[in-house]
Amino acid sequence: MKPTVADRAWSRYTSRQRWTRLAITATVVLAVSWSLSTIDIIWPWVWDAPAQIGDLFSRMVPPDFSSLDKIVWALIETLNIATIATFIAVVVSLPIAYIAAQNTTPNRATLWLGRFILVSSRSVNTLIWALLFVAIFGPGVLAGIIAIMFRSLGFLGKLIGEAIEEIDQRPVEALEATGASHAKVVLYAIVPQVIPTFFAVSVLRWDINLRESTVLGLVGAGGIGVILQGAINTLDWRTVATVLIAIIVLVIAGEAIAAWLRKKAI
Amino acid sequence: MSLTTIAVEHLSKTFGHSPVLQDVGFEIRAGERVALVGPSGSGKSTLLRHLVGLTKANRHSDSRVTVMDRCIQRRGRLARGSRAQRCRTGYIFQQFNLVGRLSVMTNVLIGRLGCMPRWRALIGRFTPEEHEMALRSLKRVGLEELAHQRANTLSGGQMQRVAIARVLMQDADIILADEPIASLDPRSAREVMDTLQRINEEDGRTIVVSLHQVDYARDYCQRAIALKHGQVYFDGPIDQLTDIRLAYLYANAELDKPHESRFPASAPTALRVAG
Repeated sequence: MKPTVADRAWSRYTSRQRWTRLAITATVVLAVSWSLSTIDIIWPWVWDAPAQIGDLFSRMVPPDFSSLDKIVWALIETLNIATIATFIAVVVSLPIAYIAAQNTTPNRATLWLGRFILVSSRSVNTLIWALLFVAIFGPGVLAGIIAIMFRSLGFLGKLIGEAIEEIDQRPVEALEATGASHAKVVLYAIVPQVIPTFFAVSVLRWDINLRESTVLGLVGAGGIGVILQGAINTLDWRTVATVLIAIIVLVIAGEAIAAWLRKKAI
Repeated sequence: MSLTTIAVEHLSKTFGHSPVLQDVGFEIRAGERVALVGPSGSGKSTLLRHLVGLTKANRHSDSRVTVMDRCIQRRGRLARGSRAQRCRTGYIFQQFNLVGRLSVMTNVLIGRLGCMPRWRALIGRFTPEEHEMALRSLKRVGLEELAHQRANTLSGGQMQRVAIARVLMQDADIILADEPIASLDPRSAREVMDTLQRINEEDGRTIVVSLHQVDYARDYCQRAIALKHGQVYFDGPIDQLTDIRLAYLYANAELDKPHESRFPASAPTALRVAG
């Protein structure tokens, strides 16, 4: 018997694929609903949220610019924290990147030492570093700078180390064939190949650090966050609004400068 | 200086289980222009790398490599000071091996690094004499007007000539060239080979060049050393490397063919199947 048109109709999935897709969808739905059920949502507060937003907004408007000079100083402090910390981290991360890259590290022990430094720096969040250093150095800018620096080390060291691992080995061999010593090979065959990444990564990290240093004040490590925290604690919502606007302006300016630098460097 | 400038004795090299060089020995006199020919995989590059100590021979062999009366390696161990010795031997690579982001000029100056005091190299201060010498070297390869371009903007043939200028900057008595024209078009290849020939004739620098195009070897070299399966198959004046001999040289020269496994029991299966 000839198959009918209906029998020969094209379908996108085989029945086996259809069942697999159904099973995956069901699993996802189950997982999401289970995780939703575990978090205790107080639904009246959720329904109340739009009214609360409106209320908060009405308390914030108009922003209070009376303490603008203090805010501007805090912004400059924030900028300084980010810049100084990035600068120190860039310098310190170079030797770490050198020993954490497989093709330049002197031996296995240094390789693991380098990797250990990178991992321990990267696995701890900036805010946690800041809490730690506030406990050690007391509240203030110094704790903030060191916290940001520690977190940046891992980031910079890892990316620069990877750039070192990805270089073209052929110039290295050519220099070795001229009889150049190890230091000369590094300087003339490896450094030129890594420089573009080095600048790009440093600028990127400065940009990130600028944003991270705005929240450092929440744990007492200096910067604009201190004023923000104080204003929230005293329910001074109009000053909070000013600080938020200031942070946005700072971050946008930082972004613009970073983009400009990146274009310059590469 | 004695007449012999490169002496290789009983050189054997094994990578894993496959012998690449087997009891290779020859002598090259100063000022000679020698072509190293043979099918790919016959050990030409490995042999050249042994001459500067970039590769070390087997430990158990009774090998010895002497360049300009100085021992480079013996019984698979690099001689002391062999790294410093390298600045007297120029090396040219198939892929040019320039530092792409540096200028042509700096790439040539780099040739000087081997015999420069460390502090001066590390602060990047080349003397005016060195700059002048680099310009002269570039002029000899016909590229002086490209001195300030970045090396990665050049064509393949130009890059190889920059590499030759780098060797001239080393003022090396011996130039080893590993397939210098294998990745070049015919015209650039001629230019590179002409340059090498001119340097040999004008300065009397010894040139050992590995080539897989025998035509070039015939046009540019006086002597040929042919390798087959890691052994010296022919060593003599190029005009005695007749077509019949060449046919034998390239006969049965399958790529990476293992001709004799020393450890048959532990040899990987793939190798035994291929054999």
